[in-house]
Amino acid sequence: MQEEIIISGFGGQGVLSMGKILAYGGIMEGKEVTWMPSYGPEQRGGTANVTVILSDKRITSPVLNAYDTAIVLNQPSLDRFMPLLKPGGTLIYDPASILTPPTRTDINTYSIPAMSEAANMQNAKVFNMLLLGGLIHVRPIVTVENVVQGLHKTLPERHHHLIPMNEQAIRHGMEIITQEHKAEVK
Amino acid sequence: MQTDNETLLLKGNEAIAHAAIRYGFDGFFGYPITPQSEILETLSLLRPWETTGMVVLQSESEVASINMIYAGGSSGKCVLTSSSSIGISLMQEVIPYMAICEIPGLIVSVQRGGPGLGTIQPSQSDYYQAVYGGGNGDYHVLVLAPSSVQESCDMVGLAKELMMKWRTPVMILSDGSIGQMMEKCVLPPYTPRRTDEEIRRECPWATNGLGLKGRKPNVSTSLELDQNLMEQRNHALQAKYMRIKQEEVRAEHYMTEDAELVIVAFGSAARVAMGTVDEMREHGHRIGLLRPITLWPFPDQDILTLASRVKQMVVVELNEGQMLRDVEWAARFRCPISFIGHCGGVTITPDEITHKVGALLSQG
Repeated sequence: MQEEIIISGFGGQGVLSMGKILAYGGIMEGKEVTWMPSYGPEQRGGTANVTVILSDKRITSPVLNAYDTAIVLNQPSLDRFMPLLKPGGTLIYDPASILTPPTRTDINTYSIPAMSEAANMQNAKVFNMLLLGGLIHVRPIVTVENVVQGLHKTLPERHHHLIPMNEQAIRHGMEIITQEHKAEVK
Repeated sequence: MQTDNETLLLKGNEAIAHAAIRYGFDGFFGYPITPQSEILETLSLLRPWETTGMVVLQSESEVASINMIYAGGSSGKCVLTSSSSIGISLMQEVIPYMAICEIPGLIVSVQRGGPGLGTIQPSQSDYYQAVYGGGNGDYHVLVLAPSSVQESCDMVGLAKELMMKWRTPVMILSDGSIGQMMEKCVLPPYTPRRTDEEIRRECPWATNGLGLKGRKPNVSTSLELDQNLMEQRNHALQAKYMRIKQEEVRAEHYMTEDAELVIVAFGSAARVAMGTVDEMREHGHRIGLLRPITLWPFPDQDILTLASRVKQMVVVELNEGQMLRDVEWAARFRCPISFIGHCGGVTITPDEITHKVGALLSQG
């Protein structure tokens, strides 16, 4: 098994952190992982993205030009990464930040209203955990338990009291993701 | 303090910082520059001066850092610095002093695209700078090229061993992608820093003012006005380099046994090329990868042996073909050699290499 994921959005949305927590979840499952961020001008106030690979065997290239799964959190990210999904791949987007919905018919498309739900919960910071929950619901590559373990590893101890809230957000994300389109296999 | 191994998800840069503490380095002196600033940041966060007693100092410039390494190494201490491309350019003046005075020290170079300020994206365009140097005189730096986060960590331990064994500056030549990428990393157990007594015993040459009673003061200088004496010192240095060449060459062979085409690549490019080898093997192509782990000394013999056997070689680098020259020289025209590369901070993907290698195979 090898899952190649791109997560892309605006700087500050927690894209890189989400990838890191996912990667730690992978380590907890005994998988090999790589986490390759954009660290250039994008990170300094533009789009930010991270490539996360989880695999049962040694991972060769950490950079790719085709992905199994893409989580896109703004229009430029959708425009850039939707064409790079493999046929049968998975696209997850938040409708609040997408003007032109995805058009490819050979991929599985899911929407998750993470931004509005985070606003309802009056906690903008759980935005990325809602998305992470949505991801692992439709692509069960790591278990919720291992992601929570990942949170323990990623967060400094002084923030560990926030873990239950994040876990709750992950579980809520699993509930609110909906399939928009099923891949048409030719 | 933890004494056992620990598995963490780390950036290559962070792994180097953790490793420096755990392998018992005495000091780090450096100045921030993208894409290697996490080394200094992580060391500052880990506060080793409170645990192992390791000194961490943000110097006023790269020139100051390398002079601090020169001084620390001269006193028998195990010290390191790190920087990226243009910062390493600034350090070039002092590296030959260290080489001729036989001073150990570790320089970590996390390359970005050049020349000049260039970009902050990954590149391998400082191969010449590392292997052939920008300093003066007949000197070499022992150069290690990691291709993963784990190897970045392990090479800090290897570099320490080599720099003390051979009394020479050692460089770890990483790049922006290895430095910024996170992977699983098993950190080594803590090795205690050497005591003053151990340094006195292991480094009798050190100019540390220790144990002066009963011995003449040690003098360490690169200046020798008598040209005949200077030639003798050069000959002694070259004799040491010959021994290093005989004993310290390291390279990884990946599926080269039955290969008809061998890719030669180091560091992050080797990592990507390995993806190509896996993919093309699945389609029945007999291709392999030779990954030089030491760039100096270079695996000349491995290249020559393969070049005498395979139909062709392909060098893949994130530059305009710098290691290519060394491969061509080592191969002695025994087989055709092609080049695939990008420069200026543009990276390469397995698909691109696969596509181009596929075209070369079909040309035959």
